[in-house]
Amino acid sequence: MKLETMYQEIILDHYKNPHGKGLREPYEAEVHHVNPTCGDEVTVRVHLEGSGADAKVVDLSYDALGCSISQAATSVAYDLVVGHTVGEAFDVLSAYQEMVQGRGKVEPDEDVLDDAVAFAGVAAYPARVKCALLGWMAFKDAVAQADDNAPELEGQR
Amino acid sequence: MTSLASVPTTAGATLDVEKLRADFPILSRTVRDGKPLIYLDSGATSQRPRQVLDAERHFLVTSNAAVHRGAHALSEEATDAYESARERIAAFVGADYGEVVFTKNATEALNLVAYGMSNALTSDDPKAARFRVGPGDEVVVTEMEHHANLVPWQEFCRRTGATLRWFGVTSDGRLDLDPSVITERTRIVAFTHQSNVLGTVTPVEQIVAMAKAVGAYTVLDACQSVPHAPIDLHALGVDFAAFSGHKMLGPSGIGVLYGRRELLEALPPFLTGGSMIELVRMEGSTYAAPPARFEAGVPMTSQAVGLGAAVDYLNALGMENVHAHENTLTAAALEGLAGIDGVTIIGPRNTESRGGAVSFEIDGVHPHDASQVLDDSGIAVRVGHHCAWPLHRAFGVQSSIRASFYVYNTLDEVQALLDGVRRAQDFFAHDGVSL
Repeated sequence: MKLETMYQEIILDHYKNPHGKGLREPYEAEVHHVNPTCGDEVTVRVHLEGSGADAKVVDLSYDALGCSISQAATSVAYDLVVGHTVGEAFDVLSAYQEMVQGRGKVEPDEDVLDDAVAFAGVAAYPARVKCALLGWMAFKDAVAQADDNAPELEGQR
Repeated sequence: MTSLASVPTTAGATLDVEKLRADFPILSRTVRDGKPLIYLDSGATSQRPRQVLDAERHFLVTSNAAVHRGAHALSEEATDAYESARERIAAFVGADYGEVVFTKNATEALNLVAYGMSNALTSDDPKAARFRVGPGDEVVVTEMEHHANLVPWQEFCRRTGATLRWFGVTSDGRLDLDPSVITERTRIVAFTHQSNVLGTVTPVEQIVAMAKAVGAYTVLDACQSVPHAPIDLHALGVDFAAFSGHKMLGPSGIGVLYGRRELLEALPPFLTGGSMIELVRMEGSTYAAPPARFEAGVPMTSQAVGLGAAVDYLNALGMENVHAHENTLTAAALEGLAGIDGVTIIGPRNTESRGGAVSFEIDGVHPHDASQVLDDSGIAVRVGHHCAWPLHRAFGVQSSIRASFYVYNTLDEVQALLDGVRRAQDFFAHDGVSL
C-alpha cells in the first residue's frame, strides 16, 4: 500500500525520536525557513570548521515545527551531514533532491543517500516534496550564509 | 465509537442527494488505488455539475464571441448570454443588475475596492472625494479574515497612511465585537460573512449598524456564505461584497463584486483599458457607468455563462434546502469529532450561526500527516492554515485539518471522515508504529 511506502518505519522512528534536535552554540549562521502552504517552520544553525567544499560540518542544530516528513527529514539530515565535509553533505543533498523531486522516475543511490533513501516514497506525492526538503534547504542556506566560499549545489533547479 | 445513527437527521429529506450526485461526473471517480472519492474540500473549491459544464460548452460551440464589441450575430448572442448571467447572479444575491461586476476571482474583487478607494486620492472626479482616506483614518478588519480580505487592506493602509485595526476572536470562535474598535475615525469595515476556517457566521447586521453609526463603508467577504445559504445583500445592508464562482458549483476564473449602485458610480476604476471607457482622447479619458467601468478588456464569458447556470442549479435545489442539508452534515461531523479522544474542534461546537466548514486538530498527528492518511482512504480535506494565518496564530495552532461540506456530501461520507481520523490516530500512535 502506498501510504506505508511513504511512511517507512525509519521515518516514523525519526519523527518520534528526532536526532540532534535543539538549537546549540556555537554557530556561524542561523536561518529560518517556512513552508508558506502549510505553515511548517524550521530554524537551523550550522557550525563549520574551515571553508569551501572541504569545510567540516561540526554541528547542525535545529528547532522545527512540522509534519512527520519534515521533522524526520531534518533529523536524518543531522545524521548524514554532521562530521562530514560540506562537499560530501551537498552530494547527499543533491542526490536526495533529485530523488524526491523525481516523481518516482529516479533510481535512488543508496550508497550516497544512506538512511535518506527512506524518503524515496515521497516522490509519489508531489504535495509533500516541500516537506521533505524544508530542513535540507535551510541547511544549504545556512552553509551559504556561514561561508562565502561555500560550494554551489549541483543539480539545483 | 460514536455512531451517526444518534444524530437526528433530515438529510435526504430536503435534497435528493443520491439523485443530484449523478449530476457531478467527478464524484464517480476513484482515487489512490480504487477508493471512491470522498470530496470534503468544497470550501476550497466546489465540484461542478454537468449542467454548468454543458452550459459552458454550449456557449462555446454556438455563440462564442468577444462581448460588447462588434455587431455580428455571434457578438450579440454572446453579449446577451453574458448579461443574462449577470442578471440571474444579481437576483440570486438580492442585488440589482447594475450592481454586479465580474472579476477574475473574489480576491480581485476585494482588491478592486481597495485600489479603487486609494485611487480616489489622485482622482479629479469630484464624486470620488467621498472615498478619500489618509493618515488619522482607520480601517477595521477582523482576526478571522482570509488573507484575501486582510492583505489588500494592509496594503491599502500602507498606500494611504491609514491605520489598520481589527476585531479579535473569542476562544469559542466568535468575533469579539469590542465597541472601542470602531471609532469616528473608522472609514472602512471589511469583514467576513462566514469564516472559512471556523465556520462562524458573523453578525452582519450588527457590524453594519456599528459602521453606519460612524459613516464607515462596509466590505463583506461573502465567499463562504453565498454558496451555502440564501443571501440578500440589500437586506444585509453592506456597501460592497465579494464572492467567487468556483465555490458555488461554477467555474474558476470568475468572481463577483457587489457594490451599491451609488457607490459604484463614484468609485474610481481599478483596471483601465478597453470596454471601461466613455470617451478617449489623447489628453485623457472619461469612464463608463458601472458595471462596465470595472470590466476593462475582453471579459471572461463562458465562465459567466457557467456561473449563471450554477445559480440556476442552486435555485432549483433551493438555498434553504442547501443550507438545511449542510447543517445536518455539520451537526454530524461536530458530534462525531467531539466524540473522538484527542480531537479538538477549532470553532463553534454547535451549528448555531455556523456553516459547514469544520476545522480540527488531532493530538500527536500533524495535519499534513492526517491528511495523507485520509487521502489514502480517498478522502479529500484541506490542511494548512487555509489562508488564515493570523487566525491560526490566535488559536495557538500552527495548522489544522478542515472538512467542508456541500450539496453532494452524505452522512456516510461524514462517517468515513470519522473513521479516517481514527485510522490516522492508529497510524501515528505514540505508543508504537502500527504499520
